[in-house]
Amino acid sequence: MASKIQDALSSAAALAKGMGVTLKEMMSPTITEDYPDVPPKFQERYRGVHVLQRDENGLEKCVACFLCSANCPSDCIYIEAAENTDSLRISGGERYARIYNIDYSRCIFCGYCVEACPTDAITHGHGFEIASYDTSTLIWRKEQLLAPASPRETQTAINPPPGVRSPV
Amino acid sequence: MSEPDLSSSSLTPAEEPTEGSTSRRRMVLNMGPQHPSTHGVLRIILELEGETILNATPDIGYLHTGIEKECEVKTYQQVVPLTDRVDYLANLSNNLGYSLAVEKLLQLEIPPKAQWMRVLLVELTRINSHLVWLGTHAMDIGAMTVFLYCFREREDLLRIFEMFSGQRMMTSYIRVGGLALEPPRGWEQAVGKFIDAFPSKLAEYEDLLTKNPIWMNRTKGVGFLALEDLLDCGVTGPMIRAAGMKWDIRKDEPYSSYDKFDFEIPTREASDVYARYEVRLEEMRQSVRIIRQAMDGMPEGAWVTSAPNVVLPEREKMKTQIEALIYHFKIVTEGFTVPAGEAYVCIESPRGELGYYVVSNGTSKPHRVFMRTPSFANLQALPDMVKGRLIADTIAALGSIDFVLGDVDR
Ligand code: SF4
Ligand code: SF4
Repeated sequence: MASKIQDALSSAAALAKGMGVTLKEMMSPTITEDYPDVPPKFQERYRGVHVLQRDENGLEKCVACFLCSANCPSDCIYIEAAENTDSLRISGGERYARIYNIDYSRCIFCGYCVEACPTDAITHGHGFEIASYDTSTLIWRKEQLLAPASPRETQTAINPPPGVRSPV
Repeated sequence: MSEPDLSSSSLTPAEEPTEGSTSRRRMVLNMGPQHPSTHGVLRIILELEGETILNATPDIGYLHTGIEKECEVKTYQQVVPLTDRVDYLANLSNNLGYSLAVEKLLQLEIPPKAQWMRVLLVELTRINSHLVWLGTHAMDIGAMTVFLYCFREREDLLRIFEMFSGQRMMTSYIRVGGLALEPPRGWEQAVGKFIDAFPSKLAEYEDLLTKNPIWMNRTKGVGFLALEDLLDCGVTGPMIRAAGMKWDIRKDEPYSSYDKFDFEIPTREASDVYARYEVRLEEMRQSVRIIRQAMDGMPEGAWVTSAPNVVLPEREKMKTQIEALIYHFKIVTEGFTVPAGEAYVCIESPRGELGYYVVSNGTSKPHRVFMRTPSFANLQALPDMVKGRLIADTIAALGSIDFVLGDVDR
């Protein structure tokens, strides 16, 4: 009998302790983020939708060397190269990417393309809202990936180059 | 384990009830593949008599991805993102297991800082995985509150992973040769803040569960299996430690400098769901201890080995020195070759022995990558654990195994 009472008491104590935790937590501030009303915060290195960068003259940094597509584990970068001419100069190098597509229905956001790029042309931005009901819209063309032309816009729209092997 | 006779099943009584015993009805019931407590797509074929389980047969394969086969068409470094996806709760452990196996084949020397950093990260992964286990396990049994608190703490961890690698779950941060990137600015503060706050959070979970009479009734004595039976099934990790066996690869076959850390291997004797709960909670405490030691004693130096034909050159060098640029082009376009041979490396993942068996034929792509995943072996113990028990106990026993179906099916 005595042990039964003891059991009941210790059970009640344990439950009360649990309720105590709940009450304490009720008083502590909420940490839930209000997405989509409030934009989510990302860490600096967040690997989001890619941004193709421009150099300080507004020319495209990509020189169509194909390293990014070679390093991509899911084989989702498609490039066609073309030569720059004096009348039509697109990139700083000899060649430029006439077509540069990333297939976001395959991309796993691993960052291997960014590591491979020797000119820091392809980087990860912080965009992520690319979901679509139609998968054919998930193949993004160069025009969608390119950073805006005006330097001032560029600064606000993209995150700093990733500094893959250098201190960030 | 005999295959249940499904031809006569379809929810009709297999035997006509005998005269006078209207309650004797055997039936076959599918638990899953979409049952919420099977944590993924697992189907368990239960043979029942009333609420009592006569036999339970897990039917696996719904999540088969062919990931091992996929490894054979990727270069060695490109396999790392695949290993992330084997076990979505222990991504860094899988990165580490694979990297260690390839490094063994390459006979690479990994600098101390990278090794310690790896230890720190896989211990954070262990906490992360155990938190998800605790939250979902408690929720299966009916304690919703713990789930929310566990996921709150896990959010901090995911933010730390994002800080290191740029991604919350699919980190690919541990690579062949060391780490993918230099540890980020301010990581000490972020990790320090977490491990300072975490022990008090653990105490909160304990307040909610450990002495709670409902929790104890649902877990004590449930899912018992003797140590010999567990070993026969090839079970490893917290499950055998909860059955009294002090076996932990971190201690018994140390890798990545684990021998330099001071920590305990918690064990219990009871081998039931409650004992597994106690072991995992204590493991989280030990992980905090290891992380603290790793932070305090973090060696200086390189975070990636110096092997110019394996590791991509430093970014600055690549842009200024032609030789580095050539190496960069070569590694990116062809990968690196690995001497022919085979290597098996096992590590202690949050779930048990995680082994990577890599066979090289001397090219830049693995000939075969086999993953000895702990979840697969641990799940084999389920039928014996639940035979003769009630359906509700299956949920508790399943949760205590802590499997991840991606890890089971690969
Ligand atoms: S992030 Fe990875 S998968 Fe996506 S394009 Fe770059 S390399 Fe390919
Ligand atoms: S993005 Fe970079 S790696 Fe890819 S083709 Fe252009 S320059 Fe080469």
